[in-house]
Amino acid sequence: MALINLPDPEQLASRILRGVREAVASGLNLLDNRLADARSRSARLLASLSGERQMNEGHLVGVTGPPGAGKSSLVSAMIREWRFSGRTVGVLAVDPSSRPELGGGALLGDRIRIKNSSYDEGLFIRSLANRNQMGGVSSEVWPMSWLMLSCFDVVVVETVGVGQTEIDIAEIGDTVCYVAQPASGDTIQYLKSGIIQIPDIFAVNKCDLGAPARKTAAEISRSAPRQDRREDWDYPVCLVSATMNTGIKQLNDQIDRHRSFLVGAGSLGNLRTRHHSAWVMRLLKEEFGTFGLELAGGSATISQRLGEHRSCQFEEYERIRTQILSRFKSDNSSSSITKKEHPNEQAVV
Amino acid sequence: MVAVQKKRDQPWLIRTYSGHSSARASNALYRTNLAKGQTGLSVAFDLPTQTGYDADSPLARGEVGKVGVPLSHIEDMDQLFDQIPLDKMNTAMTINATAPWLLALYIGLAQRRGIDPKLLSGTTQNDIIKEYLSRGTYIYPPGPSMRLIADTINYTVKHVPRWNPTNICSYHLQEAGATPVQELAYALCAAMAVLDRVKASGEIAPDEFPQVVDRISFFVNAGIRFVEECCKLRAFGDMWNELTLNRYQVEDPKRRRFRYGVQVNSLGLTEAQPENNVQRIVLEMLAVVLSKGARARAIQLPAWNEAMGLPRPWDQQWALRMQQVMAFETDLLEYGDILDGSPVIAAKVAELIEGAREEIANVEAQGGIIAAIESGYIKRELVGSHMQRLRAIESGDLKIIGVNCFQETAISPLTVGSDGNIMKTDPAAEREQIERLRAHRNNRNAAEVGAALQGLTDAAKSSENIMPSSIRCALAGVTTGEWGDSLRAVFGEFRPPTGIDIAIDSRVVLGKKDQVTDLRARVADTGNALGRPLKLLVGKPGLDGHSNGAEQIAVKARDVGFEVVYDGIRLTPQQIAQAALEEGVHMVGLSILSGSHMELVESVLQELRLRDLAAVPVVAGGIIPPEDAAKLVAQGVRAVYTPKDFNLNTIMADMVDVIRECNGLLRIGLLQ
Ligand code: B12
Ligand SMILES: Nc1nc2c(ncn2[C@@H]2O[C@H](COP(=O)(O)OP(=O)(O)O)[C@@H](O)[C@H]2O)c(=O)[nH]1
Ligand SMILES: [Mg+2]
Repeated sequence: MALINLPDPEQLASRILRGVREAVASGLNLLDNRLADARSRSARLLASLSGERQMNEGHLVGVTGPPGAGKSSLVSAMIREWRFSGRTVGVLAVDPSSRPELGGGALLGDRIRIKNSSYDEGLFIRSLANRNQMGGVSSEVWPMSWLMLSCFDVVVVETVGVGQTEIDIAEIGDTVCYVAQPASGDTIQYLKSGIIQIPDIFAVNKCDLGAPARKTAAEISRSAPRQDRREDWDYPVCLVSATMNTGIKQLNDQIDRHRSFLVGAGSLGNLRTRHHSAWVMRLLKEEFGTFGLELAGGSATISQRLGEHRSCQFEEYERIRTQILSRFKSDNSSSSITKKEHPNEQAVV
Repeated sequence: MVAVQKKRDQPWLIRTYSGHSSARASNALYRTNLAKGQTGLSVAFDLPTQTGYDADSPLARGEVGKVGVPLSHIEDMDQLFDQIPLDKMNTAMTINATAPWLLALYIGLAQRRGIDPKLLSGTTQNDIIKEYLSRGTYIYPPGPSMRLIADTINYTVKHVPRWNPTNICSYHLQEAGATPVQELAYALCAAMAVLDRVKASGEIAPDEFPQVVDRISFFVNAGIRFVEECCKLRAFGDMWNELTLNRYQVEDPKRRRFRYGVQVNSLGLTEAQPENNVQRIVLEMLAVVLSKGARARAIQLPAWNEAMGLPRPWDQQWALRMQQVMAFETDLLEYGDILDGSPVIAAKVAELIEGAREEIANVEAQGGIIAAIESGYIKRELVGSHMQRLRAIESGDLKIIGVNCFQETAISPLTVGSDGNIMKTDPAAEREQIERLRAHRNNRNAAEVGAALQGLTDAAKSSENIMPSSIRCALAGVTTGEWGDSLRAVFGEFRPPTGIDIAIDSRVVLGKKDQVTDLRARVADTGNALGRPLKLLVGKPGLDGHSNGAEQIAVKARDVGFEVVYDGIRLTPQQIAQAALEEGVHMVGLSILSGSHMELVESVLQELRLRDLAAVPVVAGGIIPPEDAAKLVAQGVRAVYTPKDFNLNTIMADMVDVIRECNGLLRIGLLQ
């Protein structure tokens, strides 16, 4: 048996809330861990971290866009600006994994683009492989970003967005920023065809290239339709250059403005609750399929249960999960009970 | 039969690449080498000098005087060339990002000694492109770096006409895995980028441009497949002749000649049965001297103990004698080109040229070599080629005597010496260099230094040539770190893409399908048992630029299922420990080939302990002599891998077992 010393969740939570880096790291390791014991501790950890602060404070920013658009470089420039104004920053950088039959490994190479060389206590970067999960964003991103939100002022989630994957990031970020590559028609094509949901803010990067960037910005402004989930918001299009460090302050100001907009409309808390519920559904469905959801009483019941536990949805999620697992066990004794393998799960359920 | 010496061609310049510990120690070495019949000098600088840091910079720790001579200011330069007449010597300096500075020190010294710079002859390597792709001693972004190269060319053409301001290098590309076609294509692309940049600077009148083209020389590699290599050199000559005529309108055929120096392949020199390296080196040299029409102008050879560590004077002497036997005993220099007219050779040359043309067109279509570096394209191609090479060695398709075949050997008397059979640099060198540097700083006129540095900054900000203000800095006593930092402040720094994001599936390529499948299962099972996929941090601490090993380990680890964090070369122990913490890795794998492993590994272990990460296993790989490996293990390193561990599958299996053991799981053991 592996000797894994899993941390005490409540103690860990108090250290995380104090911003102890070692604790943040070990909290993230715990949330990443799929052993049954770790899962229940994760739920307790998140419960101890959740509460009012998480429903209303901090800012969760999703940054997405095609590979090579300069997302990591831009995040780096944004961080410089945030750090300059004294805000602490946590980053989750998500990279694709190879297909499971090709070993499932991943190369995580964004750190160095994001981090400048000097050592900084107020910045924490964790890279994460998407592990081939639905939509390109691994399920760990959701709890991990929530942990970070409890101890950093701004939390950025960088994901590669090509086509449909933006939908997932839209279900995490309070504010979603799409980084467009100049002179590439992708963004506009996606916008027109409705493949991507409209992000809250567009950043056309590499404006140091001149005309192509301006042209792309103009095209985006023209084609972003004006109806969306958050009415009264004007979908700004910012011209920026990560390498020349131009337009970054203005971009960050727009990001702040979007948060104020949500708070002003009284919708930040609701948005986060909605995102939570969407993730819970997604995770349950991914793990157990529709049949699993039925065992827990169907989506309507689940939504209701989550709504009643707004500030501890992680614990509620874990309860629903355990419930489905035990139902599976009693209803169905076949060996392969879940869609995914849970090598150590059966022992504890 | 006694052959009477007939009229012979002049031999090439015979050199030995050397330098270590201090300017004084290196000067002594140079003078003995010259006394032994060496005809030119080839200076190896230490890594702080190459990357623009002073000896007392925290980044220089452990590296001062290790792989070359430390050169911090003009007094060091003076000591390095003590009793060596600058106007008579031909001096090659392997210096790149800081090339304008070292050249300024050399010119400044000549001026101080009352020698006209017009009499100086030699070479500054000064090719930044291959630094980004292979060699690793870059500092500034491509734009300003290319400008610095153009500045040195524009300056020397006018003021130091016998100097070769830049030496376009394909040598280092082959050392990073390049095929002959890649070597040809990327070197010629690099030469075009340099010439185009000089042209764009507008400092050279069109009728003087052929003179610039004439000053461009090359530094190439020659591997063990010597027939093909010989053809590669002929291809280089043909392509350069054509390119200089068509693209740069150089009418005089003499100015279109492909002039090149050589260091023969070292990547293929082995740690196992190292005496076999002697045959390899001689055969490789044959490729570049055999055909008169494509013969090297200067040669330097590695030593038999290349894969063990730095060569001692005797090892270098042996390499020097190989050249002398070739030049003076054989009849090689008595004939014209012995390969002219061979249809076999002509066909091979044509094939190489065709391949290179295609790849050049491909790079041009991507916007030229700088764009293809920034996008990561070329680096990925090189990492891919090197991976194919290692696969072939593992599968046995590529035979390396003593490594993957004919491994049985008697005990070699060459490897039983009490000195570890390698050169040990003076352990006091770092401290002494720092003391000397501090004394020098106290000895200068601060106002003059300040004014000279201001002049340098102003020149950097404007489009003024960087050389005059650098020479003024040299004469004022400015240090290497001050010069480097002044330009860092204006230009910023740059890290090129690592190239490891290549698409691969080793099961298809590799014959040993079962090993890879087995490894993937081991990685996955171990990850499952620990609750999350295995995550590995591959770290390159210090100034060491040898990235091959780290890249291939990273690519392989990803292929067998690890989640791999790799941030490229030149990180501090603190940055590596920080990454280990933030990333929550199961293992830290360090790769160190510069000889600074004792200092650097100790620092990393220390930084990990500071972060409560003592339980995370650390393994190390690189050029690590057995005694040092034992010491590292005693300090807590879990495993040490060296070049004789050529089988990457075996290394991976062992790494998984180390992780298992450190987490209370049983080792699985050797692969079938
Ligand atoms: C190729 C090479 C280069 C290339 C590097 C290209 C690149 N991007 O990597 C080039 C030509 C650029 C180069 C330059 C220099 N080199 Co060099 N180079 C070599 C050479 C010939 C081979 C190294 C190599 O790549 N091998 C192939 C790889 C796959 O093997 P490897 O790294 O050893 O890795 C294996 C194991 O060690 C292990 N491993 C390694 N790392 C890791 C990490 C982990 C986690 C694990 C698990 C395993 C592992 O697994 C691998 C599989 O077998 C060696 C001599 C030799 N034959 O070994 C000299 C050598 C390393 N170079 C040397 C020197 C001095 C230099 C220079 C500093 C010279 C100078 N003064 O300027 C320069 C500057 C480089 C710099 N910036 O630091 C010396 C170092 C001396 C010392 N240690 O005391 C050596 C030993 C040659 C010598 N005898 O003088 N070099
Ligand atoms: N010209 C220019 N290049 C940029 C800019 N931002 C990033 N890049 C380059 O674009 C490439 C991809 O950048 P990266 O941040 O890794 O992109 P990501 O894949 O979207 O995260 C790199 O070569 C960057 O140097 C910019 O503002 N201008
Ligand atoms: Mg990125």
